[in-house]
Amino acid sequence: MQATIGESKKAFMTGNEIVTWAALAAGAEVMFGYPITPQNEVMHYWTRLAPKYGREFLQTEDEISAGFTVCGAVQAGKKAFTATAGPGNVLMQEPFGMAEAMRLPLVAIIQQRGGPSSGTVVYSQQEVTLTTFGGNGEGNRMVYSTATHQEIFDYVIKGFNVAWKYRFPTFILGDGYQAKMREPLTIYEPQDRGIEMVSPYPLIGKAGSIGVDREAEHLCNIYSLEEELYDVVLQHAEDYERIAPEIIEYEEKECEDADILIISHGVVSRAADDAVKALRAQGIKAGYFRPITLRPFPQQQLRDAIAKSGAKKMLVAESAYGQLYRLIRQEIYGETIPIEGLFMPGVGIIDYDIMNKVKSIL
Amino acid sequence: MTVSPAVPKSWYLPSKPHKFCPGCGHGIVLKALGEVIDELNIQDKTIFGCDIGCSLLSWNFFNCDSTQTHHGRTTPVMVGIKRSRPELVTIGYMGDGGGYSIGSQHLLNAAVRNEKVTLILVNNTNYGMTGGQMAPTTLPGQKTETTPYGRDTDVTGYPTKGPEFLNALTQDDAYIARATVSNYRQLKRFIKNALRNQIEGHGFSFVEVLSTCPTNWRTNAQQTLHFLEDEMEKYFPVGELKNPLGKGDK
Ligand SMILES: Cc1ncc(C[n+]2csc(CCOP(=O)(O)OP(=O)(O)O)c2C)c(N)n1
Ligand code: SF4
Ligand SMILES: [Mg+2]
Repeated sequence: MQATIGESKKAFMTGNEIVTWAALAAGAEVMFGYPITPQNEVMHYWTRLAPKYGREFLQTEDEISAGFTVCGAVQAGKKAFTATAGPGNVLMQEPFGMAEAMRLPLVAIIQQRGGPSSGTVVYSQQEVTLTTFGGNGEGNRMVYSTATHQEIFDYVIKGFNVAWKYRFPTFILGDGYQAKMREPLTIYEPQDRGIEMVSPYPLIGKAGSIGVDREAEHLCNIYSLEEELYDVVLQHAEDYERIAPEIIEYEEKECEDADILIISHGVVSRAADDAVKALRAQGIKAGYFRPITLRPFPQQQLRDAIAKSGAKKMLVAESAYGQLYRLIRQEIYGETIPIEGLFMPGVGIIDYDIMNKVKSIL
Repeated sequence: MTVSPAVPKSWYLPSKPHKFCPGCGHGIVLKALGEVIDELNIQDKTIFGCDIGCSLLSWNFFNCDSTQTHHGRTTPVMVGIKRSRPELVTIGYMGDGGGYSIGSQHLLNAAVRNEKVTLILVNNTNYGMTGGQMAPTTLPGQKTETTPYGRDTDVTGYPTKGPEFLNALTQDDAYIARATVSNYRQLKRFIKNALRNQIEGHGFSFVEVLSTCPTNWRTNAQQTLHFLEDEMEKYFPVGELKNPLGKGDK
């Protein structure tokens, strides 16, 4: 595949533009999409750049179709992706469910906007529950929550690899701020960093003559018997749990002696990072923990951080009304540390918000 | 003289006998399709995709690569496959509920974009798999589980005429036809034309097939044929509405 980035270089770009460059660098061959703010510019950049590198695009009639055309394309052996937000993420849960059921290496970029309903077109972290556990399945998905533009680039590339290696649908969870703001980063060809890209391969439409070289493939997602489905779901759960330790990523700072642990994800963790530094400068022992993968969740790592710090409290800060908070509570069930929430649904959180909250609860 | 085999080569024998009800039209459509796949020699490059509905009982009907989708979503899955691998022959198989109701936006937009897929839609005037509810194609006055006093067109409108609306949406390179399981030779010819239209690269191709559902119609053999030939075929005219291959059969 043709090089896209060439020499590693500094760039100053919006998150949506980075998604496009990363998808190109990752060897994505086709994007299917439907307009929705704040992800539109992923399509805008893709439609401008893709033809130069022999890649394809289709604007579908809705997000349901965008998700299902991706399902078709990956079955046919193409690295395909989509991007959406808010109500579009709701509609895509149906194809995402099919990708879970049939273990399709679908990649989706989610740029969260305000909700519920049409909400705002601006920003939120309110698509955590939907992206991690949406659909009528068991949440067998990989969800990376990025915090910086460098991470958007890195994790979009990684997302394609994880999807094709492990065959679970993979999500890069960003938000309107990350989508629209510009930030410096370094873009590069994956192979220049020693990253080997996993090659796509067809699940149907394989080479060879049926009955001579190979058997016909019959893929399905519905079963006649309860027991058949049971076996399939248990197998998926087993696979998911087995690979989870290889997938889990998190970031931890200053937890060793912390009196209070501040947990956040995505762009809010930048405010948390600043808040921890400022609080420490004021003599308050704060620690920072950030799940990078929301699914699978670094639950053991968080339990370890609680244990080694001996912290008296935990604060969950998020631009949603408790979606990360609920996720954490279910993941660290049994821990007795009191958990407080700084819930600011649909609005940004800055270091002062977190610092003030910490002071009010310590 | 060669004697044609009783069973198409492209059928997947371990899944036979098939699971459709006795007297169901699905088996006839799939037999015609199987023979056409054989005659066009496309078994190795066919992707058969089926919807949810009784069509899903065909998920392993063919000895061809097959994929089963969601209710109404076969069209976009086939579009994704065909756009990715134009050399493959993609056949979407769906019911009238899947195609004309829950998946209608996909159907009409695929037609508008002239997607080079072949879609075969089985019109049995009801939702068969879920137990006989009203479909977009239920005839005026027809009783179903959700129209127990007969379809009232004041309340639910008139039956969807799919080939007619697709005909209005498409250009000359699309193939649009309505066939019936009561005329096997014509059915097979229409399916073959539809597939040729895709293989020769013209464009979108669509065949609605008037079919039987004695289970939900609660009809015996004679009543079943009567409903198909005298009621359905009267309301839904059979023929090719658009045939870029030139050999019209209006
Ligand atoms: C999203 C969704 N809604 C509803 C259903 C339930 N459902 C299964 S089959 C079917 C109707 C099928 O009717 P049709 O498409 O006409 O096919 P037929 O069974 O008549 O061949 C419905 C509503 C479903 N599977 N998915
Ligand atoms: S319910 Fe109707 S359409 Fe479905 S298999 Fe039986 S006869 Fe055929
Ligand atoms: Mg039907």
